[in-house]
Parts: sequence; C-alpha cells; structure tokens
Amino acid sequence: MKKLFNRRNFLKGGLATTAAAAVLKNSDSEASGNFEGYPDGMGVLVDLTRCVGCRSCEAACNKEQELPEPAKPFTDFSVFDEIHHGQKRRTDETAYTVVNRYDVPELDHPLFRKFQCNHCNEPACLTSCFVNAYTKTPEGAVIYNEKVCVGCRTCMIACPFYVPTFKYSKAFTPSIMKCVFCYDTRLKDGKAPACVEACPQEALTFGKRNDCVEMGRQRIRQTPGKYVDHIYGEHEVGGTAWMYLSSVSFDKVGFDTHVPNEPIINSVKDFLAMVPMVLTIWPGLFVGFHLLATRKDKVIEMEKAKELAKQKENDEKEEQV
Amino acid sequence: MKLFSKERPEIPIVNHLKEDGSEWTIKEKLWLGLSISDYKKQFFRNPVNWLMIFIFAIGVPLILGRYAFGLGWVTHSSNDYPWGLFLGFGLFGMVPLSASGFMLGTTVELFGRKDFHAIERLALLNGLLGYFFAVLFLEIDLGMPWRLPYPMFVSLGPAAVLFLVAWHVATYLSVQVAEVLPAFFEWIGWLKGKRIIRKYVLGLTVAGIILSTLHQGALGALFTYAPAKVHPLWLSVNFQWIHFFVSSIFGGLSMVIVASTLIINFMRWRCDDEFKDNLDYITIGLAKGASYAMITYLIIKIVAVAHDQEWSYLLTGWGSYYMLELGVAVVLPMFMFAFGIRNNWVTLIRFGAFIAAVGIIWNRLNTSLVCYNWQMYQEIPHWKEVWITVTIYALYFLTYRFIVYRLPIVYGWQGEK
Repeated sequence: MKKLFNRRNFLKGGLATTAAAAVLKNSDSEASGNFEGYPDGMGVLVDLTRCVGCRSCEAACNKEQELPEPAKPFTDFSVFDEIHHGQKRRTDETAYTVVNRYDVPELDHPLFRKFQCNHCNEPACLTSCFVNAYTKTPEGAVIYNEKVCVGCRTCMIACPFYVPTFKYSKAFTPSIMKCVFCYDTRLKDGKAPACVEACPQEALTFGKRNDCVEMGRQRIRQTPGKYVDHIYGEHEVGGTAWMYLSSVSFDKVGFDTHVPNEPIINSVKDFLAMVPMVLTIWPGLFVGFHLLATRKDKVIEMEKAKELAKQKENDEKEEQV
Repeated sequence: MKLFSKERPEIPIVNHLKEDGSEWTIKEKLWLGLSISDYKKQFFRNPVNWLMIFIFAIGVPLILGRYAFGLGWVTHSSNDYPWGLFLGFGLFGMVPLSASGFMLGTTVELFGRKDFHAIERLALLNGLLGYFFAVLFLEIDLGMPWRLPYPMFVSLGPAAVLFLVAWHVATYLSVQVAEVLPAFFEWIGWLKGKRIIRKYVLGLTVAGIILSTLHQGALGALFTYAPAKVHPLWLSVNFQWIHFFVSSIFGGLSMVIVASTLIINFMRWRCDDEFKDNLDYITIGLAKGASYAMITYLIIKIVAVAHDQEWSYLLTGWGSYYMLELGVAVVLPMFMFAFGIRNNWVTLIRFGAFIAAVGIIWNRLNTSLVCYNWQMYQEIPHWKEVWITVTIYALYFLTYRFIVYRLPIVYGWQGEK
C-alpha cells in the first residue's frame, strides 16, 4: 500500500521547515522601543534668522571632507537661483551640505536654510539597512561604513529628508555620500563640525542635543514674535541632532512638515511583528489543510486495502476447505 | 519548429529512444533532434528572433557599459528617485507575477487537486524564472553587485525588511529549483534524483507558502519606510504587505494563464494531449481562484482608504488615477473572469488575465515611481535604462522558451518515469 502521507516524510518536512524558520528567525528581531537618543549626544541648533547665505559652511565642508571642487566657486551666489526639476539645489555626491535661499512674501528680506544630514536619534537609513552599514554613535553622528554597503539605496528611500546620495558616477567604487557630522576628523574628539566653526554669523550653535533644545526654547521665549513656536527636529521622526529655528512657518523655507513625529521604523513594525506569526503558524496550518484535503483519498485507499485483506482471507479459507 | 514537427515523426522528442531504438544523446536533445543547419533555419525563420537580435544588439553593449562606467551612465542618477525601472519593473513587478509557483504547488501537492496537474510544472517554471530574473534585475541595479551575498554572510542587518527579502528570495529560489528539477531529471534520464525530491515535495511546498507570504508582503513593507514620500492612496502603513501579498495571488495566476495561452497558440507542437485537452478547464479554474483574490484585494484596498481616512484624496486628480488603476487593472478583469467562467468563454478569461498581469506591473510602477515623491516632480527613466530593462526581459523570454521547448513542462515524458 502506498501511503499518501507517512510519518517519516512528515517529520522530515516538518524538520526542514523548522530549520528554515530557525535560520530565518533572526529576521524578526524588532528595533527597540522608543529610543530618545544618547544622553550625551551632540547636536546643532540652526537659527534661520541669523543666516545670511554666505556659503562659508559649504566651503568648509568641501575642504574638510575632501570633496571635488565645484563648477562654480563658493563665492558665486547665482547658485541660489538654480532650479532642477522645479527643485532648489540639493546635496549630491559632490556636496554634503547646501544653502538655499527662500523668498518669503511677508518678509522684506530672503531667508536662507542650510541643508545636510539631520542625524536622527533613530535614523531611518540605519533601520532600513540590511547590511548594518550605518551606526549612530554615542556622540550623535550617523556614520556610514562603505566597506559593507551593497549599494541597494534603500536608505535613500527610507530617509525622510532625502539626505543620502549615491556616487552614481563610479562603476567600481560607488558608495553612499552623506554628511557624517565630521565624525572622524572632529566630533570624535569633541570638536564642532567644520561648517559650524566656519559660520561667521553664529547661525549654527554646537552643543549637547539636550542643551540645544533648551537654548532653542529660551530664544523663542526671550524674543516673542521673532520665531514661530516650534523647534524643527525636536520631535520630527523621533528627534534629530540638528534642529532649526525659523521666523516663518517651516513649510515656507523648504522643510517637510508632513514627516511623522515618530521614528520611521514605527511604520514598518506592523509588518515586522507579523513575520514570526507566519513562520510559526503557517507550517502547522497548511500541513493540517493537506491532511484534511487528502483524507477522502486515504479513506478510500484504506477501504480498498481492507477489502483486499478480506478477499485474501476468504481465498485462503476456500483453499483450506 | 511547427513545420519540422509536421514533417518528421520523431520530433518533438518525448522519449529517450529514437524511432530505430537507439538513444538520443543530450546534445541531440538540446538541438531538439534537428541538424544544426535545420536548427538555424527554424531559428531565423521566426520573426520574433529577429526582434530579439535587434534588442540584444543595442542592449548588450548598454549592459556592459553599465558595468564599465557605472549606473550614472545608463540612468539619470537621481538622488530623489533612487529606485528606477530595474527595481520598479524588474523586482517589484516580476516577483508578484511569479507567485504562480507556490499557488499551483499548493493547489496540486497540498490540496490534492490532481485536476490541475497538467499546468503545475508550467506554474513552477514560471515562478522560478520570474524570481531568477528579478535577481538578475537586482544585479543590474545594485551599486556593488559583487556584494550580493553580504547580507547573508558578511554583515547582517536582521531588523531590516530588505534582509528578509534577501533571505527569503534566496531560499525560495532554491526551493523552486528543487521543484523544477524533476522535469530536468526526467529529461536527462536520472530517475533517482526525481525520487529524492519527490520525498520532500510536501516540505518544499509548505516552505514555499511561508517564504512567499513573507517576501511578497515584505516587498510591500519596503515602502512603509517612506510614509511621507509615497502618495497616501498607494501606501497604507498597516495594510501594505497584505495588498502586495493578495495582489500577487491573482497576479501569479493571471501570469500562468498568459504563459499557457502563448504556449498553446505558438508552441502547440510541444504540448501533449493532457495539456491541450485540460487547458480550457484549468484556465477557468485558475480564473476562479484569481477572482476570489481580486475581490479580497478590492475590499482590503477600500478598508485601507477607510482606515487612514483618505476619502478626500479620492476627489483629487491622484484619486481619479487611483480609481482608474483599480478599475482597469482589477475590476475590469474581475468582471471578464466572472463572465468568462459563467459562459465558459475561455478567450475572454485569457484577455482578462493579460490585463490583470499588466495591471500588477502598473500598480507596482505606480507605487515605486509614479506616485513616489508625488509632491515633487515626476522622474522619467533614461532611454538606456528602459532599453536595458527590455533586454533583460527579452533574455527572460528566451530562457523561458528555451526550457519549454525542451524539458517536459507542457508535455509528459514518455520514457521511464
């Protein structure tokens, strides 16, 4: 009799799936609960009302990070009028930071906004990376390890601020290019990043992130009417190391005000929580379906076997008679 | 091939033995039992092959150029749209259309529906090739393609959705190779291998269901990393993985209908009677399965809109586009299926399946490209990017045809089994 389903095969199949589940088990470890940043992590407070758009920070960054010389010198202010795809300038593989000018109708002067990596407390680039190329250091920087990067560019998808850029121009040594808070050259030793040091207007203030929040609140309180009552980055995507003060609402100076206040990873957790359920419930469920679906065949086969045995018995009896 | 198979009774090869009792060699089997000059003749007579030659003549240099000069040479090097056609079409589009393997494997092996047996191998092959070429597309797109095994062995980031996709696609690819191997073993005449795999078929099938549920869902979950970038109608943080998973069910089934339609029309000489006689019945059965998935999908889509309170978006231009997509890509084929099933009108079902398969690709392109960065500008892929995508797809087509021509996919092997 051919058994449709024998115990040995079932156990084997079961073992194989369990082994697969055990191997894949790693994949369901969730990111930790609410991480509010390292207590002594550093930050920068950017005061848009103080920035005059001199581009000193861009020049300092270029020099510090040994980036290629740009087509237009840093003293050329016509770059503020550049528009690509209807967008103002953005960072790319040649620039980790850019300053853009925004003409706001209610003000008699333009506002300037410096743009670079915001160094989130719970960075989306880090949580989305499947080779762990990103690290949030206790000093507050989000750094990147190009030695393990595969170049899938999921971090660029995940970053709510469009910060990571890709070195598309290189075939053999492409990598993600982004601001690293001058971690290797300065932050590690407790020094301020090059852009902050270069700012002649003190528009950028470097300090512990907690102190920066405090300072921001103080400025808002002490000069009523000067600022909108919001520190951009205090709560956005779970808090960022770089934070901003502005005299007009943030959406008018190029900030995305629709980003969630929770870390990006929180919107992925629904799926991550489902993974262990499928891994553990599916095997039993579907093997059960299989048993149910094929039970009729089995009953028929068993009856056939019984009949055969009976017939054999009868035959033998007849022979004896 | 159609002409040759009419003239000469010994081809197409369905047996180890020739008419005169001697054995076919593997080489002869590869040449389909034709002499090389005959093979060339049939190859160049087919206008489809000329189209292929044209595509490859331009596509292959472009692919070489991509590896020599970098991605920037063939794409717009966009930092705003890091994923273009290679992933939008190649990964997000090909993978759902390859759900057929696990669907039919489940139907036949797990639920014991032997009446779908005639199409099981085609569905498995369709799945295997779809995944394989999705990985090939990935190898074009990755910045450092030689580091593909890194997430497995070198540096692990297990909390990332892509980690799951990588592991599951890799394991599932091996499962599918194992599932298609019996056809190959019959063809080369190594029956022991077939018997070994037969023993594990239930384990493989169950593994297939688990891995498919998870990585089809995971592809959707990748977009939940961009809750502020994808248009809210195309992104439901809570339901995205279910949307992608359920739509892959009717996507995969529709793709098998499309593939079987092409095969029975253009490769009739290769099909055996079991395939030819049962295909209409099977097509109707597949359409029934697909219809259930479609209505489920529609309902969860509406639930998602309700859950996120997105009704007002439906009144905008994006909303019209959303309803156009659902209407043309899901509702229309669903009604075509229903009408076809009721009236035994298989041709209508086949057209419906074609629309549904294209519709899945449309949905994935919408999610990854059209409605991505909806508040920014629209990225139009570089012509070289389009051409490379077409070239890889053409290679997929050729591989598919090469295998169906030879292995016992749509016919039963008549040698010993």
